[in-house]
Amino acid sequence: MVYKKRLDGRKFDELREIEAKVGVIQNATGSAYFRIGKTVAYAAVYGPRELYPRFMQDPKKGLLRCNYNMLPFSGSGERVRPGPSRRSREISLVTDKALLPVVDLEQFPNSVVDVFIELPQTDAGSRCAGICAASMALADAGIIMKDLVGAVSAGVVDGQVVLDLNYDEEAYEEGDVADIPVAYIPSLDKFSLLQMDGKVKKEDLVKALEMAKKGAMHIIEVQKKALKSKFEVSRK
Amino acid sequence: MDKTNLKINDKDVVVPGEILAEGMDYLPSQGTYRKDNHVIASMLGLARIEGKVIKIIPLSGNYLPKRGDVIVGKVADINFSGWSVETNSAYAAMLSMKDATSDYIRRGEDLTKYFNIGDYIVTKIYNVTSQNLIDLTMKGPGLRKLTTGRIMKVASPKVPRIIGKQGSMVSMIKKATNCNIIVGQNGVVWIKGLNPEDELITVETIKKIEDESHVSGLTGIIQKFLESKGRKAVLETVTEETTGEA
Repeated sequence: MVYKKRLDGRKFDELREIEAKVGVIQNATGSAYFRIGKTVAYAAVYGPRELYPRFMQDPKKGLLRCNYNMLPFSGSGERVRPGPSRRSREISLVTDKALLPVVDLEQFPNSVVDVFIELPQTDAGSRCAGICAASMALADAGIIMKDLVGAVSAGVVDGQVVLDLNYDEEAYEEGDVADIPVAYIPSLDKFSLLQMDGKVKKEDLVKALEMAKKGAMHIIEVQKKALKSKFEVSRK
Repeated sequence: MDKTNLKINDKDVVVPGEILAEGMDYLPSQGTYRKDNHVIASMLGLARIEGKVIKIIPLSGNYLPKRGDVIVGKVADINFSGWSVETNSAYAAMLSMKDATSDYIRRGEDLTKYFNIGDYIVTKIYNVTSQNLIDLTMKGPGLRKLTTGRIMKVASPKVPRIIGKQGSMVSMIKKATNCNIIVGQNGVVWIKGLNPEDELITVETIKKIEDESHVSGLTGIIQKFLESKGRKAVLETVTEETTGEA
């Protein structure tokens, strides 16, 4: 059987509905809210600020420290065990690496920029949503960045290349599923995150990455709009 | 100069990665960088075009210490050679004995009689190293210890709006509320009035400036706001020093 129509009725290269807001957490230096479909991410950026313990300080450049966390009630019914886990450690690490190519930390030696990503609700694509929220929050915090980062997952469901898988598609049982979360930096034309679950044919992978690139570009447009509207609103 | 190469207007809000100009006609300055043929924004802020130079004025972010800034700092620690001062940035500053006072300080003397831990001081940054080590000095007009009054914090990019052109904004508030105000470049503001009501109105006014900092005609809005609080606000053009105690 071939996957002919998507479970939620979207086109194969259509993203889920996106909502983005900036400046949602007053205490933070910069913050953002990003929702794609049923996946919701908040990101708060604190810093640059003093870094302790002292042995972690780098006299050449500042440190970017990302922290990804799913809230206990964020899954689909099952309680997500709170606290750090192997999975959240990994995602924190890849988020960090996805954002590092754009942020310029050389101006802040010996200091740290903390990024906290919290997910109150998840439905697949949470690391991508987290990266998008973090990208906006970093910009909002006035951090020097070469570009914004757009992240989205592409994949193959039962032989069909699709964009932005939701949980039902990730868990599709009637055929093979490959899920490829991707973060894309347009001005460098580079992927800063590329992971995969499942198996994929070479030509499908190329197709999926092209699709993800377009999706990420669209997401970046949404991010730009959100960042600008924060100031447009109060301008009037 | 060909205007068509420019992708934005003066005073537009721009975001990181946005192309500001194409071709080699324009030069990148603060907050922008050149890549191939493009001048691209590297921070969120207001784009300013000054002749051939494009720069970005940040709208948000933490304070970054700069030489010559007058700041309001808090004494965090006392050590052998002087005082360590919190600057509301990622870096602590050092105020050495010789820059703090012209008094002769004997070896082993109690330094708390000059500045104690927790004291707020108006001080000037006289040097910042590449590693952002900050040296402070107390030698200059208006630099002193703050004994009474209240402290509030604002976002440091909004400080120029609170001070206003040639200090017009802050002197208007000072006259209207009868308060003494010192705006540190690091976003720490010291307010001292004759009674608490005056101080509260000042705090409210400064918060309002912070919220509406990028609205044009801000002084007019604040003037009306002060008048609505029953204060007489007169806007006059003054020729005072803009930084620090304005």
